Amino acid sequence: MSTYSRRKFLKISAATVTVASGAAGAAGAAASAKAAAAPDKPSKRAAQGVQRIPTYCDICFWKCGAIASVRDGVLWKIEGNPEDPLSRGRLCPRGTGGIGAHFDPDRLKRPLIRKQERGQEVWAEVSWDEAFAYIATKMHAIKETYGPESVAMFAHGIGGNFLKHTLKAFGTPNFAAPSFAQCRGPRDVGFRLTFGEDVGSPERTDIKNAQCLVLIGSHLGENMHNSQVQEFAEAVGNGASIIVVDPRFSVAASKARHYLPIKPGTDLALLLAWMHVLVEEGLYDKEYVAAHGFGFDQFAARIASCTPEWAYPETGIDPAVIRETAREMARHRPATLVHPGRHATWYGDDTQRSRAVALLNALLGSWGHKGGFYAPSSMDVPGYPYPAYPKPAKPKLDNPGMRYPFAHEAISTGIREATITGAPYPIKAWFTYATNLIQALPNEDETIKAIKNLDLLVVVDVIPNEIAGWADVVLPEAVYLERFDDLNVELFREPFVALRQPVVDAPHGQKPNWWMAKKLAETLGLAQYYPWKDIEEYLDHRLTAAGMSLADLKTRGIVRGAPQPTVVEEGASLAFETPSGKIEFYSLQLEKAGFDPVPVYTRHAEGPPASFRLLFGRSPVHSFSRTQSNRILSDMMDENEVWLNADMARRMDLKSGDYVCLRNQDGVVSNRVRVKATERIRPDCVYMVHGFGHTARGLKHAFGKGASDSQLVTRYATDPLMGGTGMNVNFVTIEPEAARG
Amino acid sequence: MARFGMAIDTVRCVGCMDCVVACKTENSVPEGFNRDWITTEVTGTFPTTHLEIRSERCNHCDDPPCVSCCPTGASHVHDLGAVVLVDADKCIGCKGCVASCPYGARFIHPDGYADKCTFCIHRVEQGLLPACVAVCPTHCMHFGDLDDPNSDVSTLLASRRHHVLLPDAGTKPRIYYLT
Ligand code: SF4
Ligand code: SF4
Ligand code: SF4
Repeated sequence: MSTYSRRKFLKISAATVTVASGAAGAAGAAASAKAAAAPDKPSKRAAQGVQRIPTYCDICFWKCGAIASVRDGVLWKIEGNPEDPLSRGRLCPRGTGGIGAHFDPDRLKRPLIRKQERGQEVWAEVSWDEAFAYIATKMHAIKETYGPESVAMFAHGIGGNFLKHTLKAFGTPNFAAPSFAQCRGPRDVGFRLTFGEDVGSPERTDIKNAQCLVLIGSHLGENMHNSQVQEFAEAVGNGASIIVVDPRFSVAASKARHYLPIKPGTDLALLLAWMHVLVEEGLYDKEYVAAHGFGFDQFAARIASCTPEWAYPETGIDPAVIRETAREMARHRPATLVHPGRHATWYGDDTQRSRAVALLNALLGSWGHKGGFYAPSSMDVPGYPYPAYPKPAKPKLDNPGMRYPFAHEAISTGIREATITGAPYPIKAWFTYATNLIQALPNEDETIKAIKNLDLLVVVDVIPNEIAGWADVVLPEAVYLERFDDLNVELFREPFVALRQPVVDAPHGQKPNWWMAKKLAETLGLAQYYPWKDIEEYLDHRLTAAGMSLADLKTRGIVRGAPQPTVVEEGASLAFETPSGKIEFYSLQLEKAGFDPVPVYTRHAEGPPASFRLLFGRSPVHSFSRTQSNRILSDMMDENEVWLNADMARRMDLKSGDYVCLRNQDGVVSNRVRVKATERIRPDCVYMVHGFGHTARGLKHAFGKGASDSQLVTRYATDPLMGGTGMNVNFVTIEPEAARG
Repeated sequence: MARFGMAIDTVRCVGCMDCVVACKTENSVPEGFNRDWITTEVTGTFPTTHLEIRSERCNHCDDPPCVSCCPTGASHVHDLGAVVLVDADKCIGCKGCVASCPYGARFIHPDGYADKCTFCIHRVEQGLLPACVAVCPTHCMHFGDLDDPNSDVSTLLASRRHHVLLPDAGTKPRIYYLT
């Protein structure tokens, strides 16, 4: 099993720097102070009643540094902070439209307590004190009967930090984020098993310097992780050779020199064939592999039969194209980046597929080199010195007996399962923070079944999404433009600290997460865990300990530290935190645990006749299921479409704009959704943008617009290595709209 | 005198609509309307498909039919950069210009006047770039003086293949698409 904690990973493999660490840091800080002191035409703008306040974005987890403008007291616009290394002065469309979150008329306004059956969405508005008293009473009762461990929390994003602190103080070890088992988990485990570290978030990919970039299902440009997209455009502009593997002709595919329209579910066969070519033709980086590789010969023997001709019937990719693209990658190595992707939970063998991506990068020598994977660094900002948490009497229950031996983070679906079965012990309360579990977890019925076993479900969010519909207590949060939050101290190309601060007031007295968490702790009798009066005191304490000040950060938004060497070419050195201390081409720890030491391709089940594999992805103007009621962003796209191959559409007598319903293999029928008949997708699959088809009545504007892919994801394939839920294993047929009901 | 125009690099553009969103917030464009928009032109047959993604808006034509057809003089060519603008106070909302524009760039603002892209003249006057140009995460949009041979736009047009929309409409559009 994986023995490296995240903390250790940070210490060993990534530099942390302090603000005063040398001349470059001081110079950088001086330069940024100067820039902050001279925003464009400050005096003129101030005279016109425009204030510019730095903060950082929360529309997705990338956390770009931003400057919000308030005109005559009304929020006007938000732009990138030029000092911020993440946004480089330009937000993505969702970030630019983020002000719509503040103005959204459908947002949650006051604390609510449920009045009728769960899911009926009937509540009474209550005071904050009543809400906390209700929650505390339930929590005490649960603690008495079952123990404090029977409370679990699901969170997405930095805003969950304080609530997590309160619940740790209460005594539970059960915290999970769907971002692991439903998203990037398999990728991170696959890379850890190979290089001893994962690629992190933001990913440590040196896209802008890549001379050859390989994207496997990654739809950069539609998936708008800001720095990645900016660097992708830079690579395209520099004439980098782009290779895109995707059943759908994505925007990225349109920029590619080689587009490989792969049959869904067969990527691992392609990866093995590529590696076969590199080894067989002696094109891999022999020096790098000899110096840093472990078990290469055993690895080479295992992939000896994975020829392009073997891969052809699986993938549908011409062997000549497989050879040609492998040679293209070799030509540009080590500046060939095979992108690790992010949402990796596809087929249940995702850790092994991600490991194959890692191994392909290893053969190309890209890990640690310019144009490959760089070593990130972060600022050294100590945490707040809180009293020690009580030690839970029971261990966390998401992964009992380490059933999934390589999971290094908690498995959200494991907590759900325990909530249903009551084993190894019952879970009686859920807290969710900014995660719509109904759409984030596969198989909605299981989620609802679990919820029915709860004595308490508390939802903290800004909009009344589907999970709020099931809550006993809903706590309305102030949106990011209305609150302070924890500091953003992230590992990235260069170290920095960023502040989120309020730009405008919350319109209905919605509260920030830190205030709710502190208030809940006080109501629970845990006031000693909040020695600070308010978050400004907390932030200043942390910043002062790191040689900075809150006052300074309030004016600049971002403080940058001295850049550290990021790649071998800049003097960084390579070290691998694996058991062998090397890149593990052959994994003894996998072998010992009973898994394939070198990835092995297995064919995935096909769907019923006349069905299409259901694929889903992102739109550049929406984040998950969180932004569909933002009026600025919904003006860009207010309903999703089902992409259908043009020829198939002709045969089915469907044209673009027609409304249809999708029926999955288990008889679940979607809301109506428009057809997009297109030459941009294979005939054996359909594609939808995730996050639409809202069923929560409170989302008046977004309700019933488009269809929800999550609703159709009733099946999932569990990754035996880490418990990830592969979700591209569902199939749908297409029916006329009238057939519904 | 300057003659402002744009050169937009379709090779870099990813169609993310940030330009549309930024225009909306900068210019407080009301819900349901946009001054710029994205067109995706798909040609070919899967999998040998080709895409051209374009960020489109008013072309600030050298020969603008929307100006010549305006009965009140509200629709006019501005002194700075020959930008085509609408004087909302003079506009009577007759929709003549909306019909005359071959690019569909104009709409009637809920307050009753014809509205469209202004090349963010209020920003340009302050030495800033138009909001859509300044926000674009792929840096694919370029704005400047077409009559200055050393401007960013002029050098790009001199070195790259490009086209304009509806060249046969006779409007002499000033938004160029680099391919
Ligand atoms: S990538 Fe976009 S949504 Fe995410 S933090 Fe950055 S600007 Fe905001
Ligand atoms: S912001 Fe730039 S990349 Fe995005 S659609 Fe507009 S022009 Fe294209
Ligand atoms: S130049 Fe200004 S008004 Fe015109 S499309 Fe761009 S942002 Fe909108």
